[in-house]
Amino acid sequence: MGPNLLSNYYETAAMVLFGIGFTTLFLQPNLIKKVIGLNIMDSAIYLFLAAKGYIDGRLAPIVVNGVTDMSAYINPIPSGLVLTGIVVGVSVTAVSLSLIQKLYKEYHTLDMDEIMTMVRKESEH
Amino acid sequence: MKNNTFMDKLNQFVDGEFVITTKRKHKPERRPSTHYEPSLKERFAVWHDTKAPAFFKVAYGVSSVVICLTLIGILLITVSFLPAYGNADNPVNNEVSERYIEKGLEETGAVNIVTGMILDYRAFDTLGESHVLFTASAAVMLLMKKEKKGKKVSSNKYSPKRDPIVKNVARFIIPFLLIFGIYLLLNGHLSPGGGFSAGAVMGAGLILFSSAFGYKRISKIITEKLVKTVTLGSLLFYACAKGYSFFTGANHIPTGIPLGEAGAILSSGLILPLNIAVGLVVTFTMYSFYSLFSKGEI
Repeated sequence: MGPNLLSNYYETAAMVLFGIGFTTLFLQPNLIKKVIGLNIMDSAIYLFLAAKGYIDGRLAPIVVNGVTDMSAYINPIPSGLVLTGIVVGVSVTAVSLSLIQKLYKEYHTLDMDEIMTMVRKESEH
Repeated sequence: MKNNTFMDKLNQFVDGEFVITTKRKHKPERRPSTHYEPSLKERFAVWHDTKAPAFFKVAYGVSSVVICLTLIGILLITVSFLPAYGNADNPVNNEVSERYIEKGLEETGAVNIVTGMILDYRAFDTLGESHVLFTASAAVMLLMKKEKKGKKVSSNKYSPKRDPIVKNVARFIIPFLLIFGIYLLLNGHLSPGGGFSAGAVMGAGLILFSSAFGYKRISKIITEKLVKTVTLGSLLFYACAKGYSFFTGANHIPTGIPLGEAGAILSSGLILPLNIAVGLVVTFTMYSFYSLFSKGEI
């Protein structure tokens, strides 16, 4: 165990959230809830990145009064990465929800196990 | 005398006269039973059909919990070895962010360093993001669009009821939402905001309009053709503008686009038009997600 588990509490929370989302993906047979789990994992990663970019006592990276010194602002790179992550998360959610809606129209259930049994039965015939 | 007989027998054995014979129990003959003994394979088949689903369900649950707890444990151990939170000397804060902060205003003209970074230094990344959104909306359109045009599924079935509360609240909120979105869009290089957040706010305004006043009124303004034209036009403009600046930058030719005075709205070169392009793409993508999901067409 390293020394920084409790002082890195944002990262710790992000990792626990990531685990919760991953468990949701495993344990929920409902497809909508699987998408919710995926979104929880996304949020954990945003939290992690935002926490990595933060520096104590510094301002958001918007130039104030013409001060362009590194010691005045936090790291801008993780903020840009979070932006990318949010966009990709939204796109993945939209596509997967539309696929789920199609599946529901075909099989009239959201339970993944039932859908798999139906698919198997169909392929046997 | 036991010992003697034993020694005798040993001698006989050494001489090769005695052969060890083991007594064999008389085996009872197997009765031909009327009882049918199932083979292992058949027993497995029965077990598979009756008890296996429950067994595997429990085993799956237990093993997945174990896997997830192990994952969380590994990640937490890794976190405990990460550099301390909020420390300025962390390896994350290296010369790359130093360069962005110290030269960003001078080179891109954007007061907001993050906007200057994502729309100038890393503009290719943002172009890819806009295309991810565009591809997602194309995929949703492909999946959700109604197959038959002749078969008129009553789109009014899912149309929101004219709820007076929603309607009156929307009448107040929508102008402010749209104005705030435009403000975020035009000030993206000066203050927190930018194309993506502005697009999300304006898209929310359009969605609220659609759900408060019904599909009919919004489809008079926002048609499928308009959405496609604006989205494609914005993406093409973005690609051309960034292609121009990549070409000139790689060949060390001056771009000829004035950066303007830092802090003014019309400044920072290409960043403002690119922000507007991204904002329009995000607005119409958000709205088209909503309308495709709710009624199957834009």
